[in-house]
Amino acid sequence: MKLLMCALLGVLLSQPAVAGSKVIATGGSTSIEGAAGGGIVPWAVINGYASSGQWSVNSFTSSVGVDDFTLQNFGIGASYNNQWEVSLTRQKFQLDTIGGDLQQDVFGLKYHIAGELLYTSLPQISVGLQYKKHRNSGLPLAVGAQKDSGTDIYLAASKVYFGAVAGRNLLLNATVRATKANQIGLLGFGGADHNHYQYMFESSAAVLLRPDLAVGIEFRQKPNNLAFADEEHWRDIFVGWFINQNFSVVGGYVDLGSIAGLAQQQGYYLALEATF
Amino acid sequence: MKAALMKAATYSGLWLSLCLAVFGVTTLNGCSQTVPKDHLYQQLGSTVGIEKVVDALLVEIEHDPQIVHHFRDTDIARFRKLLIEQLCELSGGPCKYTGASMQESHTGFKITQADFDNLVRHLMKAMTEQNISIAAQNQLLGLLAPMYGDVVYR
Repeated sequence: MKLLMCALLGVLLSQPAVAGSKVIATGGSTSIEGAAGGGIVPWAVINGYASSGQWSVNSFTSSVGVDDFTLQNFGIGASYNNQWEVSLTRQKFQLDTIGGDLQQDVFGLKYHIAGELLYTSLPQISVGLQYKKHRNSGLPLAVGAQKDSGTDIYLAASKVYFGAVAGRNLLLNATVRATKANQIGLLGFGGADHNHYQYMFESSAAVLLRPDLAVGIEFRQKPNNLAFADEEHWRDIFVGWFINQNFSVVGGYVDLGSIAGLAQQQGYYLALEATF
Repeated sequence: MKAALMKAATYSGLWLSLCLAVFGVTTLNGCSQTVPKDHLYQQLGSTVGIEKVVDALLVEIEHDPQIVHHFRDTDIARFRKLLIEQLCELSGGPCKYTGASMQESHTGFKITQADFDNLVRHLMKAMTEQNISIAAQNQLLGLLAPMYGDVVYR
C-alpha cells in the first residue's frame, strides 16, 4: 500500500505514460475480486485503456474496513483489444474481533461480447468468470460450507448516457451472477442445504461530475447458504477520481450487513489502481 | 461520379466522423429535435467558438501519429470548412453541411476503434481548452457518438 502510494506520487510528478486510446475513466476501477468495475460489482467494461489492437496491464490494491473485519485485496491484470481481460487477485480477510485470518485467490476472465460503452445504443455487454480458491480450507469447511473453491459466472451490461443528469454523463450497470459463494467465497461455497448455483443481481449507477470524476452507488444481492449465520446484501457509495490514464483512486462507504453472525458491518472502501 | 465521390470522401476525412452524418441525424431524428439545439450552438461559442474548437482539434490530430496518416491526402482547408459546417448545423446553428455522408466519407479509410477513441479524446481536449462547459461538451458528444457505426471499419 505504502509502496503504491509512493509510486502514485512519483508518477503524478512526471508525465503520464501512454496507456492506450480509450477515453478517461472508461476502463472503470478494479473491483474487490479483480474485475474492472466499481467497488463490489464487476462491470462490462474492460480494464485499462487498451482500445482496438492495443494491450494494457494493470495492478491494484484495495481495502475494505468494517466494524469487525478487514478485507485487503491486491492483484494484477491485463487486457487486449478492449475485448479480453484477465486478472489474478489475492484477498486477505482478517477477522479482527473473532480472531484469525484467511486468504483466497481469484482468477478472473472477462470477454466483451457486444455493444460499445460510449458509442452504441446497445449497452456494452460482457461475460465473465471468477474461479476462487482458498489457500487454507479450514475455516470455510468449519463454518459449514461444502467446498473451499468455486466458480462464479456473470453477465454484465454497462452504458454511458451522455448528459443524462443535469448535463452530466450517467453510467448504468447491471450484472447477473451465477454463484455458490458465501460472502463472495470468503466463507466458502455452498451450505448444508444449498449447494446449487443461484442467480444474484448486482448494479451500479455513477454520475460523472467531470470526465475524470465519478460519484456512484452500488448494490450486490447475496445468497444465504450457511446455517450458522445470515448473509445480507451489500451496498456502497463511492467517489472515483481518474487522475490520468495511469492512476485512479476510489473511496467509498460500504454497508456489508451481517457477516459470520456479527451484524451491521459498515465502514470504508479505498482502492488504488495503476494501469499502463 | 465515382471519382467525384472518392474525392469528396478524401476531402472530408476522419473529421467528419465527429461531425456527423447529416443524413444520419436528419433521418433518425427528423427536423424537430426536442433538444433546444440553438442553445448548444450558443454554448459552443457560436461559429467563432466552433472554429476555435476545430482549429484546436486539427492541432491535436496533427500531433497524433495514430490517426494523422488518415489525412495524408486530405485538403485540410476544405476539411476544416466542412467540419465547422457540420458541428454548426449539428448544434443547431445557422449552417448547412455541404459534404458527403459520414458513411461515404469514411469508406476505405479503415478507421479503427482506437482511431475513433483518439479523435474523441482530442475533441474533448479541444473543447476543454476553449472553456466549453461540461454539459455542452457532453451534449455534443452525445450527438456525435451514434456516428460510430458509420465511421469505423468501413
